[in-house]
Amino acid sequence: MKRSETAKGRIAIIGGGIAGIQAALDLADGGFFVHLLEKNTVIGGHMARLAKTFPANDCSM
Amino acid sequence: MECGRHLNIEIITQARVTAIKGQEGNFTLTVRQSPGYVHADKCIACGRCSEVCPAGVPDEHDFFLSERKAIHIGYAQAVPLTYAIDHSACLRLNGQAKCRRCRQACPAGAIDFSQAEHTLRIQAGAVILAAGFVPFDPSGHAPWGYGTLANVITSPEMERLLSSCGPTRGHLQRPSDGQPVRSLAFLLCVGSRAQHGPGHAYCSSVCCMSSIKEAVLAKESSPSTEVTIYYSDLRTHGKGFERYFQHARDRHGIRFVRCRPHGVEAAPGDRIRIRTLSESGRQREDTVDMAVLSVGMVLPDESLALARTAAIQMGQERFAATSSFQPLRSSRRGIFVCGAFSGPRDISHAIEQGSAAAASAAELLHQARFSSWKRTVFPPQRPVDSTLRIGVFLCHCGGNIAENIDMDALARRTERMEQVTLVKQLLFGCSQDSRKEIIAEIERLGLNRVVIAACSPRSHEELFRTTLREAGLNGHLLEMANLRHQVAWVHGHDRQAATRKAADLVRMATAALRDRFPVRGEKIPVKPSALVIGGGVAGMTAALNLAGQGFSVELVEKSDRLGGNALNLNRTWNGEQVPPFVRRLTEQVNDHPGITVHLSSEVISVSGRIGQFSTTIRDRKNHRRIIGHGVTLLCTGGRRALPTEYGYAKLPQVVTALEFDALHIYGDIRVNRGTTFVFLQCVGSRDENHNYCSRVCCTHSVQSAIALKEENPERRVYILYREMRTYALRERLYHKALELGVIFINHDRFGKPQVNGHGEQVQVEVWDHVLNRPLRIIADMVILASGILPGADAADLSSLLRVTVDEDGFFQEAHPKLRPVDLPGEGLFVAGLAHGPKPLEESVCQALAAAGRAGAILARGEIQLSMLKAVVNESACDGCGLCLEACPYQAIHPVTIPGQEETRLVRVEETRCTGCGICQGSCPKKGIDVNDFTHAQLLAQIDAALEESEVRQP
Repeated sequence: MKRSETAKGRIAIIGGGIAGIQAALDLADGGFFVHLLEKNTVIGGHMARLAKTFPANDCSM
Repeated sequence: MECGRHLNIEIITQARVTAIKGQEGNFTLTVRQSPGYVHADKCIACGRCSEVCPAGVPDEHDFFLSERKAIHIGYAQAVPLTYAIDHSACLRLNGQAKCRRCRQACPAGAIDFSQAEHTLRIQAGAVILAAGFVPFDPSGHAPWGYGTLANVITSPEMERLLSSCGPTRGHLQRPSDGQPVRSLAFLLCVGSRAQHGPGHAYCSSVCCMSSIKEAVLAKESSPSTEVTIYYSDLRTHGKGFERYFQHARDRHGIRFVRCRPHGVEAAPGDRIRIRTLSESGRQREDTVDMAVLSVGMVLPDESLALARTAAIQMGQERFAATSSFQPLRSSRRGIFVCGAFSGPRDISHAIEQGSAAAASAAELLHQARFSSWKRTVFPPQRPVDSTLRIGVFLCHCGGNIAENIDMDALARRTERMEQVTLVKQLLFGCSQDSRKEIIAEIERLGLNRVVIAACSPRSHEELFRTTLREAGLNGHLLEMANLRHQVAWVHGHDRQAATRKAADLVRMATAALRDRFPVRGEKIPVKPSALVIGGGVAGMTAALNLAGQGFSVELVEKSDRLGGNALNLNRTWNGEQVPPFVRRLTEQVNDHPGITVHLSSEVISVSGRIGQFSTTIRDRKNHRRIIGHGVTLLCTGGRRALPTEYGYAKLPQVVTALEFDALHIYGDIRVNRGTTFVFLQCVGSRDENHNYCSRVCCTHSVQSAIALKEENPERRVYILYREMRTYALRERLYHKALELGVIFINHDRFGKPQVNGHGEQVQVEVWDHVLNRPLRIIADMVILASGILPGADAADLSSLLRVTVDEDGFFQEAHPKLRPVDLPGEGLFVAGLAHGPKPLEESVCQALAAAGRAGAILARGEIQLSMLKAVVNESACDGCGLCLEACPYQAIHPVTIPGQEETRLVRVEETRCTGCGICQGSCPKKGIDVNDFTHAQLLAQIDAALEESEVRQP
């Protein structure tokens, strides 16, 4: 009982790219504890590699 | 970055999931975590280990264009900011040498060679798979020359070459010899839309736009470079994309050539010869200095392995299988999929999917909300007196700032400024280690005011306020000097002058802090209910999700029934039946006890703000009702464009696509007996009045054409188009239509087709782009692919809700890439056609995303108000009331003080005040000030600005 109650307030996200990060932030802001699993040594995925983004050519960081 | 400091997100890097056991509500994940040989809690990311490491390997972050060490950090602003040793490259770990230089160099004692792979078990109620993609690898495939020709690179590599943090610091150079690039070519669809040969059949959906963006960046970096984009169909179907393309073509002079490349070869001088074949079969040869292969997205094998581990189904094209109606749900309950894992998509759509997956998981687990959640606790705020001890932190922003400003000189000047206790330079002020350093200095020296001289307060003020609070200082004791935008980026040509201006800005910031004292923001309760305006698929989907998360929902629909535009749709692009879905959705909405539906009703006034909105609606009988709600979702949909050309409404054989669907289903004789059909694309889209693509029409026409051919292969079906935009997995339909013999004729270059009556039939005249001669088609029916218009009431709603619409009349989101469903006002969200043209499954996804974002606010129960408020200076205010009229939020009220009835004053209602400052500007008596921008502070800053320049005058 106790164990599954703990599980329910937690969410595992596999992949720390922009989609995973957004899901993690929304869930963590909304009252859930998130485990964000990433295969690399850092999160950020492909977006961290982009020079700039459309439309204002903002820095993608 | 926000992720790295979130108390309720645990980031587990170098992790591989090996098992997902259990079911919805109670999963157990087995995770193998590889060692990084560095203790994260000890590493201060100073980089000394990396400096001494003798083992250099190509850097994957720069797609191997540069080198890194065996001990490395992903990139400068990495989260988490911890070094890690690459097992295979480290001389010690791979047994080549007894090296331990990094351990000797590390001042923190963070390096530990004895770490080993270990297994974690994670309990979770739901799992979200966001495993992402890899760029298609064109190595070794003819005709692209990648891997054999040095000056042929891929588009992700180009991103790194254009990046100021990349291997060439953003200078455009040929990889072979570092020479400037005078001519540059982009080849689109490399590995994408490939029916034969290497690659995949689907369209990767993002490469057209990302190549145009790279081309623009290349032009900005090197205006004299000739840039050509070789494409087959230009798929700029996203919001605002069409204008960006025109801007690239007209303003930057980028050349667009429609063709099929069939040879990329070596030319003398390490140049690249590109052979292409135009649509009319003409051969063409161009020689350029460098070629960029715009490679598509593919799922790596490890993603497929993950799908097997998770026991979920994958679709035809190796992406996770989902339905249009449940685009986040995998085939296993409790496991959701998002991002490129379920189909190629761009950043804003990946973000929408992330939020939507969060909404789906929150709906599933809402009863356990806060059961595992940790609260942020800041240390108590220390008292602050008027004796100033200012700490000034000068951020280099990597090279962004430091390259154009002499930071040491700036530091010396700053040290001489009054009341400055400390001046310190930081490489990346926003990084986690720098913020730790700021906290440590505040504590060590008892700093009570802080200047961060870095970038715009828009990007990082909130972050540094939090940093101050973590150090026990009120967040208002901070001032930012914007060295990046206001100095480094605009005065790069004159380092001395730039340094002087930077010093002026820093001095102004210190002046602004003199009169600055702690301000405490108010917390306002959030009413746990949502107002959803619009009862189409987006509105109903959002309403159901929010109600499913346990919030009450008021759904307002102006017509007398739910369903919206989807009532006219028959099938999704994937062939799923729409009417049963809409019926089911409508029933669920009507049956849900948490949702109140108001039909035939419209919004007539809106007041209040996030957490405490009050909206008046009116029904057809003129009954008014006031609704209190915490958040507002705009799902007001769009309209069908009715054609005004091609004989529509004059010739009975000319109909719109939706009318044709209805006739087709009904079995109308014109369809049943017809032998020749012509589909005409871009009717009311991408023209002088509608400068955008409606996104759905190409797919719709192709789908209808396939149905006609499948019913009777003898039929002649033509599609007259401009760019065929069957993006992402929809490309499958385009291939099928080609196989079935649908004839595609491009009418873009030679003018619009002519449609005229011809007895019982119609005659369509068009220039055939392949045969290069006019073609006359006698058709039984002409189907016009008419576009999508913004909702009729969008303009009215935008003024009621104080939000803006874009140039085309759709609601303008807060940020087109990063905040695609947020509107600029707090607590306001947008989804569906109200945001822009899109197919059904994208509306569903966006609605869930909006519900997810809104639900997170409602769940928290209270909102910390911004501390930026107008404050009345009672000694100066004479109650004249000018500010009452000036205030756009009706936040100021006249008051009198009991006992002193003759004294007139005004008072500010804090929950309404947004700190906009209009009152301050309107007041002739300096009787009202906005915190942090008071008259006294602004004047002090102006004085500080003038002070030094007077000294400088001869």
